[in-house]
Amino acid sequence: MTRFLAKRGILIGVMLLGLLTLTFFISHVAPGDPAHLRAGPDATPEMVEVIRVKYGLDKPLMTQFYVYLKGMLVGDWGESIHSSRKVWDELVIYFPNTAELVIFSILIAIVLGVPIGVLAAVNQNTAIDHFLRVLSISGVALPMFWLGLMLQLFFALKHPLFPLNGQLHVLLDPPDPITHLILVDSLLRGQWSLFINAAQHMVLPALTLSVPGMASIIRVNRAEMLETLNKDYIVNARAQGLSAFRIIGMYALRNAMLATMAMIGLRFGWMLGGTVMVETVFDWPGVGLYAVNGAINNDFAPIIGSTIVLGFFFMLTNLVIDIIYGVLDPRVRTQI
Amino acid sequence: MQQTIDTARVATGFELESLSWRERHQSTIRMWRLYARTLSRNTSAMLGVGLVLVFFLAAVLGPWFVPYPEDITGAVNLDIKLQPPSVEHWFGTDEVGRDVFSRVVIGTQLTLKIALIIVGVATLIGVPLGIIAGYVGGVVQEVIMRVTDVFLGVPGLILAIAIVGALGPGIVNAMLALSLVWWPGYVRLVQAKTLSLKNENFVEAARSLGAGPLRIVFVHILPNCTSPIIVKASMDMGMAILGAAALGFLGLGAQPPEPEWGAMISNARKYMPDWWWYSFFPGMAIFITVLGFNLLGDGLRDVLDPSHRE
Repeated sequence: MTRFLAKRGILIGVMLLGLLTLTFFISHVAPGDPAHLRAGPDATPEMVEVIRVKYGLDKPLMTQFYVYLKGMLVGDWGESIHSSRKVWDELVIYFPNTAELVIFSILIAIVLGVPIGVLAAVNQNTAIDHFLRVLSISGVALPMFWLGLMLQLFFALKHPLFPLNGQLHVLLDPPDPITHLILVDSLLRGQWSLFINAAQHMVLPALTLSVPGMASIIRVNRAEMLETLNKDYIVNARAQGLSAFRIIGMYALRNAMLATMAMIGLRFGWMLGGTVMVETVFDWPGVGLYAVNGAINNDFAPIIGSTIVLGFFFMLTNLVIDIIYGVLDPRVRTQI
Repeated sequence: MQQTIDTARVATGFELESLSWRERHQSTIRMWRLYARTLSRNTSAMLGVGLVLVFFLAAVLGPWFVPYPEDITGAVNLDIKLQPPSVEHWFGTDEVGRDVFSRVVIGTQLTLKIALIIVGVATLIGVPLGIIAGYVGGVVQEVIMRVTDVFLGVPGLILAIAIVGALGPGIVNAMLALSLVWWPGYVRLVQAKTLSLKNENFVEAARSLGAGPLRIVFVHILPNCTSPIIVKASMDMGMAILGAAALGFLGLGAQPPEPEWGAMISNARKYMPDWWWYSFFPGMAIFITVLGFNLLGDGLRDVLDPSHRE
């Protein structure tokens, strides 16, 4: 197990170095002038030259790479032209908002997806199963940004059940930070009205982000449940007269969850990318929206910063799944 | 199929040329018949085939049958702007009075072009790299696979946005960016397949008969990789359409007068909720097209990969 963990640790180190190299290539070697890119679209030639010297972009590529790596490691991630603030400082504010959104989305996807998958498997080849299959295949094919807009249209504009966008009502102040997650903090501080308001704002974006993940979880869980339900020990359990609830909940679901877990992890990572669209639609102040605004305003440092943050947590998710898998299934440990 | 015929000829000295085309290709014909039968029995796959067919027909024949071809780009009819769906305008009209139905139908062309280019470039980069990695092994494999891992270790859409950020917004750059983030999936797929094929008996046999690496790769390995590649490419067509539409929606892909679905929705967003049809129909078009490719890919997998057959 120690060997397994050590190998995983080294691997994620290599991956992170790779991520930094990749972002270096995009930001320093891309066609076009990197100094011009940093100076922004309105810069005069003199300003571009100042930027070139300031960021060392006139130096050889290897020196630039060294400077870039060193900067990244000490938290010097450049400055946003748009807000003239340090990218690191802005990301520290935006990341918890994205994390909160992704966590709630994956919770919705699990809480709805797993039971629906079981329901479909137990009712294999009935009308319920067919209906749920159509639903789950459609879930993956829906453009998320459009789904978000349609939910807004129906549940915020035509029938104002939920707020249209944002994270809190404009007149409300976020709670004093403990975890920096607004829902958790307002709960910890006992600010009920704040909590309810934040929860209402969370419903539509989290639901939108959860749909493709939920669809995949339903599919995988259904397939795995079907496989385990046909195993000999389940037949045996049935023959022994155990209740259906006990068989499904205790024996079958537990074994089906291994593959479902992998899909949950995969989808969690994937949701980090999906936040780009959901945050744009719902004006959610997170890393995804920060990246999109950067791309639209030709503001380069925020894009690179967001890519690194989302990439880092994506890799971290994969590492965690790997380790959980290694703990649950000893065969995986020896394979790699 | 090919490799069995090859080795059979060498082993028996049997003259295949004396047989008719039908006889020589009997096993291939039988195989295709089986494929067609399996596919036609699968209702959801047939729905996929139907949807994809409609999409292709709309892309090819669109310019001849759309009711208002002049509305595709420049036309302005402010007196009929933002009209609800009607007999004349099935999907209503947009903010300058253009027919949304015509623009959605013509949008299939652009969408098809974008998806084909993304998936095409991704396969052209990914498949050779995967075969090289799997066949050559050693340091080459290590380098290729580690680079692949890094690309796959970042959410694709955010990486595409970073690349578009460096290149500047626009449809060509969006396609380029999506192609650049799409190839690693093919490397991983083909490398794994090549690794397992490399040690198969028929490849071993070909090698012992003196076949060179190029012959082994092109005659024995590549043809056996085609089914998983086709399945993945079909699924990826749908995903590429979603990706391109997302970039269009974010304002980083196709720009407004272009009849691209994502860009149309981005524009239409300002006119919700009173003029809902403007954003509703382009989104439905994306959904139905992607659904078609996903169902088709699912069906193809059942046909081409017997272990997935239900």
